Amino acid sequence: MNGHRCDHCGEEATIHEYTPSHGKVLSETHLCEQCAHKLGIEGKVVKGAQELLSQIVLAKTGRRKSPASLACTSCGLTWGEFREHSLLGCPECYTAFEKLLEPLLERIHEGATHHVGKTPARAHLDITLRLSHLRKELAQALTAEQYERAAQIRDQLLNLSAAGEAADGPESGDREEAAPS
Amino acid sequence: MIGLDYSSTGEWLRGTGPDGDVVISTRVRLARNLAGFNFANRADRGEKQQIVALAREHALGLAGRSDLLWIDVASLDALDSLLLVERHLISKQLARGDQPRAAVVNRDESFSLMINEEDHFRIQVIRSGRRAADAWAEVNRIDDQLGEKLPFAFHSRFGYLTACPTNVGTGIRLSIMLHLPALMLTKEIERVRRAAQDMQLAIRGFYGEGSEALGDIFQISNQTTLGKSEAQLLREFDEGVMPRVVEYERRARHVLVERRLSLLDDRVHRALGILRSARLLKLDEALRLLSHLRLGVQLGRIEGVDPRTIDRLLMLVQPAHLQKTLGESLHQAERAEARATLIREQLR
Repeated sequence: MNGHRCDHCGEEATIHEYTPSHGKVLSETHLCEQCAHKLGIEGKVVKGAQELLSQIVLAKTGRRKSPASLACTSCGLTWGEFREHSLLGCPECYTAFEKLLEPLLERIHEGATHHVGKTPARAHLDITLRLSHLRKELAQALTAEQYERAAQIRDQLLNLSAAGEAADGPESGDREEAAPS
Repeated sequence: MIGLDYSSTGEWLRGTGPDGDVVISTRVRLARNLAGFNFANRADRGEKQQIVALAREHALGLAGRSDLLWIDVASLDALDSLLLVERHLISKQLARGDQPRAAVVNRDESFSLMINEEDHFRIQVIRSGRRAADAWAEVNRIDDQLGEKLPFAFHSRFGYLTACPTNVGTGIRLSIMLHLPALMLTKEIERVRRAAQDMQLAIRGFYGEGSEALGDIFQISNQTTLGKSEAQLLREFDEGVMPRVVEYERRARHVLVERRLSLLDDRVHRALGILRSARLLKLDEALRLLSHLRLGVQLGRIEGVDPRTIDRLLMLVQPAHLQKTLGESLHQAERAEARATLIREQLR
């Protein structure tokens, strides 16, 4: 419980929305379930993922200026087109729309915004880079007194650190996931 | 001609796995895309052809696999496509359309690779019963092998990139297929729904998204793919949702035997009676009755029916299977008759 009250009626808030941009939080909204419902914002993950995604995107559009005409330089898909179909056009879209995707991914994936888990052998991925990225975000969340958000980032940091340690040992990931004998 | 034996079932529907009385099968699938190509929804025909060609070159040569079949889905007729959908080897989405797309499957049907579905590649492994770690180990090995040859789109922050952001990160979907007749009979199925929702899991019918729970068969799968490792997800299923649901169903079966035996016996014997004598059976009715029969056999209330026959019938009574078996195209009313005849013969 983080103690936030609903922005509309002052009751205990259960739905929290943070809009990040360039690593900073642009705005915060806290709502109780009733007011969220009145405003057409769903806070429960109960429907089909695809449907949920369009709902989140739609819920967002009325509430902040969304650059619908922003386009991916690689495939030409606009943010507006993505909003309509919930499908991205190419791998580069994730970089082109990174900041716009962040709040959406948080909602879909239980607050997570960073990958934890397998990396392709040929990518030689640098886990340290992702750790430092997360640490920066954690510091920002703490400065802004966003403790719920900070706790989510801390969990991701712990997960990623554990994954990093597991990856250090030869084939340790495989051992952990092998079928029990 | 696909080259599969559609008169029997894949390994996953043979009831041989652990906790097979409740957990029919465990499926793990990975979504992967090639770097440097548009996602399938935005790729043109030429790009899709290139992706199919790359898959043919590298997927058919997977080490330790001499039993792979290449299926050019774009050239299949409607009946063969539907047959593959019914066997859970390809999705409805892959079966539709005229764009270049393909599938690779192995002979015991425990592995399939879909090419140019929503993502360039959907790699899936299905095992009978509760065998998540086993299915993951196999799909992981295949993914490693393909990843050595093919540059998968990967982002330092978002992980494996997918057309839909709901799959990004690990790209993993772990699904268990469950037979829950006792929870349906005792009207306690809501407990499973609540448990699934509490754990952020999706619950669906026999044929996945948007399908009904025909034959009391449900699928539970993860929705979160970002911020959680594959190992963590497997643990959550193995130690969390699977034992819980298996326990709910077994307890409900126990309650039926201990306290509501006449209701149970009525349902299971009524099912056998209708299945052995009906002349017309629609799909939903047939699956409902087969579900009750399966329950009766597992609880020892019905003897002389081989449980493998019931599992095989779950597949053979499906529309495309019926038509392939009889070698002719049938409309719905004709299928009802053919279905009833097939079941009578098999349960004689």
